[in-house]
Amino acid sequence: MKFLGLFNYWVFAILLVIGLYALITKHNLVKKIMALAIFQSAVFLFFITMSKIEGGTAPIVQAGVSGQVFSNPLPQVLILTAIVVGISTTALGLAIVVRLYEEYGTIEDDEILALDRKA
Amino acid sequence: MLADHLPALQVALPLLTAPLVILLRTGFLAWLVALLASLCSLGLAMLLTATVLETGTQHYAVGGWLPPMGIGLTVDGLSALVLLLITGASSLALAGGRLSLRKDIDNRRAPMFYGAWLISMAGLCGIAVAGDAFNVFVFMEISALATYVLIAGGRDRRALSAVFKYLIIGTIGATFYLIGVGFLYMMTGTLNFADIALRLDEVTETRPIVIAAGFITIGLALKAAIFPLHVWLPRAYTYAPNAATVFIAACSTKVVIYVLLRFNFEVFHGNLPGHTDLFGVFIIPLALAGIVLASAIAIFQTNLKTMLAFSSVAQIGYIALAAGLTSEAGLMAALLHMFNHALAKGTLFLCVVAFVLTSGSASMDSLRGIGKRMPWTMAAFLVAGLSLVGVPGTAGFISKWYLVVAVIGWDGWGAALVAAIVISSLMAVVYLWRFVELAYYSEPPGGEVVPMEVSRPLRCLIWFAALANIYFGLFPQLPLALARSGTETLLGGLF
Repeated sequence: MKFLGLFNYWVFAILLVIGLYALITKHNLVKKIMALAIFQSAVFLFFITMSKIEGGTAPIVQAGVSGQVFSNPLPQVLILTAIVVGISTTALGLAIVVRLYEEYGTIEDDEILALDRKA
Repeated sequence: MLADHLPALQVALPLLTAPLVILLRTGFLAWLVALLASLCSLGLAMLLTATVLETGTQHYAVGGWLPPMGIGLTVDGLSALVLLLITGASSLALAGGRLSLRKDIDNRRAPMFYGAWLISMAGLCGIAVAGDAFNVFVFMEISALATYVLIAGGRDRRALSAVFKYLIIGTIGATFYLIGVGFLYMMTGTLNFADIALRLDEVTETRPIVIAAGFITIGLALKAAIFPLHVWLPRAYTYAPNAATVFIAACSTKVVIYVLLRFNFEVFHGNLPGHTDLFGVFIIPLALAGIVLASAIAIFQTNLKTMLAFSSVAQIGYIALAAGLTSEAGLMAALLHMFNHALAKGTLFLCVVAFVLTSGSASMDSLRGIGKRMPWTMAAFLVAGLSLVGVPGTAGFISKWYLVVAVIGWDGWGAALVAAIVISSLMAVVYLWRFVELAYYSEPPGGEVVPMEVSRPLRCLIWFAALANIYFGLFPQLPLALARSGTETLLGGLF
């Protein structure tokens, strides 16, 4: 089945669009951060899927065993880095939300905008 | 030999100094060490530039592992130009921003602020020296995260919502870039710029490559604030601590434009049929809209910093327009304008630092009569403003000249583009004149003219920056040489 073969890529696309949609439409800042996390996870899935080969194993050379098929380890390493970047972004984003709540008493971006306009 | 490790040191020095700065107890010490690190980086950048001009492109294999297997750093004329910009702007902003930052930043948290500053600089330098697409992503995120801290580090609470918007849009941009790099890696199996360019030939015109080009261009355009993707920029520039604005406005968007050019020309140009035309068709209308509309919006601002921020959006439009012509002359103009605009905008924002130090606010109303109260600073502002408009004798003239020549040589509708450039320059005269009139010909808020210049060192620094605008207008050899070597790399490939 062609569709099933591309299953992960479909999930990647759907997650990406869900994240982007929520980023644009949600006014709650914490929901925006959640949307950002979904958006980034989609990309993680994309990289991991692309490195997987059918029947491929971890790329460790064993004595006396030959003819194995290895999955590409590089995208996994890249994604490890990208996950760290993603976590830092989420943490910083949440820290900013906390500061915003301290200053404005709300985490809805339209209310914050209204408070700014009033001042 | 230490000299062999210059490309790595350029990143390592600020990155390793940052944790040391955080450990320091007082704001003054932290500032001093950060300034020293920044000046040392500037020295390294100068050494690198001299080496590049003398012996050509520098390659560095991190840990002795040769690219494309290992991580390669590459410094050519273009990277050298960007490195000079980053380290120069950082040194200028730190040296001139001491008093202003002491006001804006809590003394207890100042060491962390300066730590973030150095990390931001290290990230930006990393982007300039990195030779592969993924390291560019990592450095881009390092510098972006630190920049968010710089913007939100002040006392103005409006900076928080501004920075949140920047964080969301910046992350979307970086993630788009990452998706594009993923597609490229999927098809070519490599991340090294030169290697991608080599292998792209075999898979050219396949759909993933085209999609990759789209994702990378849009993602970087978001981060570079190319109109209409600039929505995060004006508020972020306006509410950031004044000294941080000097640094950010001078280089953060320029560095992303550098990546955009590197990808679209070094990697895609010539390997992807039709890409060059498509790039021009995509970017020229946006650039034109930015040039005209952002200049028009700048006219109606009531805050000096917001006005300069919108002017930045228009100037980014000039750079994008010049790059969109995809000709040799166009690229020359784009690179030159990157340098000259950073110089002019850095000087202007440095003057804003001085204005706000004495009058307490950057709103036009509170700056009435500032020209009578601070004649020296205002005169420097005028010089940098003239450079922004592109008056002969200033640095801005050189790049505007190259831009107009490139546009006339373009076989599209060159006349219409020249008209847009002239109209936008006139609008720049209008919005600058609005402030100049306010500064020289209206009464100060108190009614009385009290001379209240800033301290002499800061005044000297501002004038040093203003004179640099004139110097590079009269003797533009250095930026010209770097821009020429950069153009050759972009159009000729690395090999």
